[in-house]
Amino acid sequence: MSENIVSVNNLSVSFDYQENFLSKKQKIKAVNNINIKIKKGSFFGLVGESGSGKTTLGRAILGANKISQGNVIFHDDERDFDLTRITAKEMKDYRKKAQLIFQDPYAALSPRMTVRDIIAEPLEVMKITNSRQETDEKVREIASKCRLNLEHLRRYPHAFSGGQRQRISIARALVSNPKFIVADESVAALDVSIQADILNLLKQLQNELNLTYLFISHDLSVVAHVCDIVAVMYLGHIVEMAPSRKLFSNPRHSYTKALLSSIPSIDPENKSTAIELKGEIPSAMDPPSGCVFRTRCPNPTHDCKEGNIEMGLIQVEPDHWVDQCCVNCG
Amino acid sequence: MAHLLEINNLDVKFDTDEGRITAIENVSLSLDQGKVLGIVGESGSGKSVTAKSIMQLNPGNTIYNDTAEIIIDDENVLKFTSKNDLKKIRGGKVSMIFQEPMASFAPAIKIGYQMVEQLMLHKPLDKKEAKNISIDMLNRVGIADAEKRFNQYAFELSGGMRQRAMIAMALSTMPKLLLADEPTTALDVTIQAQVINLMKDIIKEFNMGVIFITHDLGVIAQVADDVAVMYLGSVVEKGPVNEILKNPKHPYTKGLLNALPDINNLDAPLKPIPGNIPSPLDRPSACVFRTRCPNPTHDCKEGNIEMGLIEVEPGHWVDQCCVNCG
Repeated sequence: MSENIVSVNNLSVSFDYQENFLSKKQKIKAVNNINIKIKKGSFFGLVGESGSGKTTLGRAILGANKISQGNVIFHDDERDFDLTRITAKEMKDYRKKAQLIFQDPYAALSPRMTVRDIIAEPLEVMKITNSRQETDEKVREIASKCRLNLEHLRRYPHAFSGGQRQRISIARALVSNPKFIVADESVAALDVSIQADILNLLKQLQNELNLTYLFISHDLSVVAHVCDIVAVMYLGHIVEMAPSRKLFSNPRHSYTKALLSSIPSIDPENKSTAIELKGEIPSAMDPPSGCVFRTRCPNPTHDCKEGNIEMGLIQVEPDHWVDQCCVNCG
Repeated sequence: MAHLLEINNLDVKFDTDEGRITAIENVSLSLDQGKVLGIVGESGSGKSVTAKSIMQLNPGNTIYNDTAEIIIDDENVLKFTSKNDLKKIRGGKVSMIFQEPMASFAPAIKIGYQMVEQLMLHKPLDKKEAKNISIDMLNRVGIADAEKRFNQYAFELSGGMRQRAMIAMALSTMPKLLLADEPTTALDVTIQAQVINLMKDIIKEFNMGVIFITHDLGVIAQVADDVAVMYLGSVVEKGPVNEILKNPKHPYTKGLLNALPDINNLDAPLKPIPGNIPSPLDRPSACVFRTRCPNPTHDCKEGNIEMGLIEVEPGHWVDQCCVNCG
């Protein structure tokens, strides 16, 4: 039995793009040559700016995006699911094991279904339960685990606040008893006071139900607090990956350093010393050759500027991986 | 010196099908030239409604109280009724930047035309002068290739650039007061840092007053001179930014600070504020925070104490009910 629950090997995802019907078809590489292993029971964080490919990677792991190259393997107790050659029947099984929590709890819940029906839907679609009674039992069990009031099950989503709605989405994701959850910006739409509540709930459920999370977020302070291990993405590549304490106390990649210094400090006297990155993330249609970060690197070496150095992670310390080009730029 | 902006005893109510909703109750704020007033609070706390009242941008079902005053240059904005008077405020003395830069530009009109159009409405300029000023402003906010961008549409610009263009447009009429409603919320952190630095420079250069609305206390700490914390339509605490963030007196402000993940202290547990923000339809009577107060006194729980700010230290005002709750 493997200690990892998900292995991603040399994964690339590209999309076809055509500016208009006369122009040539282009390929956009949204995710490029990614290698990650997610350990069972871990809280794996994925950070990066918009357009860095976080969501595409998460969806590829769930089998919701086509994989162009490489593979994703999900290690279940008895068998492995290889997502590059999964059959439709296996996919149904896989869906029970791996689930998704969305960002916006206002958009993710159907306004015409009661909370009970929303949470019960996966059970009915996946034919997990055999009778209505059994379904109700499961719904009630998971609802109370997610700290939803049982009287609320008869109501419609409009009656709930953002935090309560997010708890409903979590209950829906967990009702099929999955092992692996992708939480895609699941607290980004919430107010801070409620955000803390949902993060605590996710942690607590992890312990109770033995879950593994892939937690996608753009908010570094949130990721630092909940995740055990963090990968930083930039333009489809992972540029740095380390246990979160290591990453936040000793970042090696200039992009990670810039991200960390950009978090506005809560102390008014500590006026920000943000390492300002010039310009913006380049378009994925036309990424820089060689090191993708070189156009914004504050301190590039000669070879790096010319695009002579290929991307690739090297291990600088046990478990601490940094892109080989940028480790020298400092 | 008279304040640049003074808001006195402002109540805002909305007439809706479900009844009359109190959005703002008894808000008094003031702002001097060259200063930044930050307004923080959760969604539904009335931050945006306060800003929109200054511009009279609230919808038709809005009811203001008779005693309320919003004074800019000795004139009460709330008494303005004619379009000409309102035009002096909207885009003239006061400009506003919104959260979502994509939604604030018209998608089918070139950015340059939109900038020139509003400039000519407020200033006696011909087209060419207005164009020169606009391009100059775009340059000043750090947009490379300003002349090219001038002739582009909003969708051709990235998020950070759109927000810069929005700032350029808002500043081109040289307003005395800038209302910035969550101007950095939709941006990535690295771009947010750029925009915050840009705004700080511009505020200094133009010496205007700014109301900066955000839910992010970190952003407030970096840009604001004074802070007002709002909860359910009331200001519960206000004062200099240092005082409020380092020595908060109101349990809600303390709660917000505790709920914030601190990157420098990863071992600290995240403490949510218990309960949910009540619906404005059943706004608690008396102290609005009493339904979520971690440590309410007896009188407070019963709703016997009226809201009202008292000065606990020079310039630091806290709601009189909650100052005792700890």
